Amino acid sequence: MTMTRSTVLVSSLFATTLWLAACSQEPAPAVGGITPQQMTDALFAVMEADRTTYTRKVVNRLANEEQVITASEHWEDEKALPLPAQMFRFGAEMAAQKTDAFSYTLQSLWPVNKQNAPRTEMEKAGLQFVASNPGKNFYGEEELAGRTYFTAVYADVAVSPACINCHNDHRDSPRSDFTLGEVMGGVVIRVPLN
Amino acid sequence: MRRELAVVWLIWLVAAVALGGYLGLRMLHGKDRTLFMPGETTAGHYQIELDCNACHAQAFADADAIQRACVDCHGEALRKSKDSHPLSKFTDPRNADRLTELDARYCVTCHIEHQPVRTAEMGLTLPVDYCWRCHQDIGQERPTHSELAFDSCASAGCHNYHDNRALYEDFLLQHAGEPWLLAETLVALPVAPQPRGEPLVSGDQDAPADLGEVDGVVAQWAQSRHARGGVNCSDCHQDGDQAWVESPSVSLCADCHVTEHTGFQRGRHGMRQARGLSPMRPELARLPMRSAAEGRELSCLSCHGAHDFNPVTAAVDACLECHDDEHSRAYLNSPHYQLWRAEQAGGAVGSGVSCATCHLPREETRHPNGEIGIAAQHNQSANLRPVEQMARSVCMHCHGLDFVLDALADPRLLHNNFSGRPAVSVPSIEMALERERQHARSAPERASGADAGESAPQPPQR
Repeated sequence: MTMTRSTVLVSSLFATTLWLAACSQEPAPAVGGITPQQMTDALFAVMEADRTTYTRKVVNRLANEEQVITASEHWEDEKALPLPAQMFRFGAEMAAQKTDAFSYTLQSLWPVNKQNAPRTEMEKAGLQFVASNPGKNFYGEEELAGRTYFTAVYADVAVSPACINCHNDHRDSPRSDFTLGEVMGGVVIRVPLN
Repeated sequence: MRRELAVVWLIWLVAAVALGGYLGLRMLHGKDRTLFMPGETTAGHYQIELDCNACHAQAFADADAIQRACVDCHGEALRKSKDSHPLSKFTDPRNADRLTELDARYCVTCHIEHQPVRTAEMGLTLPVDYCWRCHQDIGQERPTHSELAFDSCASAGCHNYHDNRALYEDFLLQHAGEPWLLAETLVALPVAPQPRGEPLVSGDQDAPADLGEVDGVVAQWAQSRHARGGVNCSDCHQDGDQAWVESPSVSLCADCHVTEHTGFQRGRHGMRQARGLSPMRPELARLPMRSAAEGRELSCLSCHGAHDFNPVTAAVDACLECHDDEHSRAYLNSPHYQLWRAEQAGGAVGSGVSCATCHLPREETRHPNGEIGIAAQHNQSANLRPVEQMARSVCMHCHGLDFVLDALADPRLLHNNFSGRPAVSVPSIEMALERERQHARSAPERASGADAGESAPQPPQR
């Protein structure tokens, strides 16, 4: 029952987001238009739901609990599951190929891959904010290469032991003391405003 | 005076229009466009340089059209190489400032054509500090890298811009400590394709009776894999109900040998035909070729022969009939050739190393219907440049990774066809091991850190 309900929830959120994304490509929003924040909030709801589902119901269950397959950064070479962060990035890259109405990345102040550390001032401020203020999101506007963006940052929380075990033990991780439920990084979503 | 000036101007005008019209017509519709070649093309493109549209798409095409042309030919190889710097890493707005430094969305940012004076290996036309532009702080994360030269990342055998399949850290660790020669070789053995019918013998041949003397040819065919697989004369010489064809074209071979033909068209031997140009001939090549081979045209038959389709001949002899560079000539004195001779003298199948073993290696192929097969990769460039591409697809079938990386980084061995041991030592595996040892030493510390749990996280100092 719970499974069905969550599936329905995820599906409806996904459909809503697709609809929102489609709307955002229109030059003039529909009557009672959607604000950039409503758009990024809805996008994040879908991202977080899918990400959590993959992490808990696929990776943590199969790799840690039932131990029938491993999850690995080198998932092709090792015939393993892609890591949750990779899954998220692949989705972001595929979405970027389809639309430039928005873009999103997964970042952290303590990244395994240093290319995923915040780069812009807004990213730095946003990631610091969500790490220091659990439960709160960060919103702002920034200009990149002459274009103005609405930038939203949402906390990325350790939802399962798979997250913290891997990050605490990874050679390239700057931290080894993450705990379950802690903010490990953030999802940065951008919507171009002009 | 004024009238004379007007006449001069008129002559200029007419001459300019005529010349402009002539050049314009020649550029848009002419066959020979040598006149418009702005400079020598790179080793990868010179064969098709007179087919301007292969890269330019059309006259005055924009950057995106040219980029699509690059991807049309090279996209699949890049995907296969698990490109470390794909387009998707650069389209995010957060990297906009980096694109002003190095616009990695376009191949031509680093690989500009027609610039022979500044074209380095791999068709690179960029100053050698391209890694540094984005990775200049690498020494902070990896102290072992802090003293390394800014131009050594991709030239020391440690990293490549696109293909790092054999060079990534966990792969180095996984293969650390392997002996130079593995106890067991992993070379893929040929798999006979699905037979077309029952095996055939000389008496089964179905060539028309009025062809004249065919006994010699039939004897060759009867020994071939075609006869064993039920492929008769008419299967190649008569396309369906068509008339008898004396010399079947390459496309007829492609009817059955799809994968091989696709590779052939993408490689140096068939890329001209793929673009509708005349077949490649040895005298058109930039590599040294034997003068005796002048005039020969590349096709399936030029290497495989017409009726015996002898795989042994195609793997070495056919190559050396044309290729006459130092590496090719040195092969006959190399340990690899000794192994090839031993295999031909009755040694284990797959124990010899021919030209084809390394340059047209057998690979796993996946057909759209999910069927997995083995086929020789007929695009010799697919695993040739940078040389580290060959590590996994070829060298590591017999050798340990440490030895492979050293050997591929030693220019002397590339010239003498791997006669002798490497004089170069690539430090990457040792660096990875040292880092792993440090990581293991800090394990107790990490464990106690995780136990502490609630300690307030601190962002790293940047």
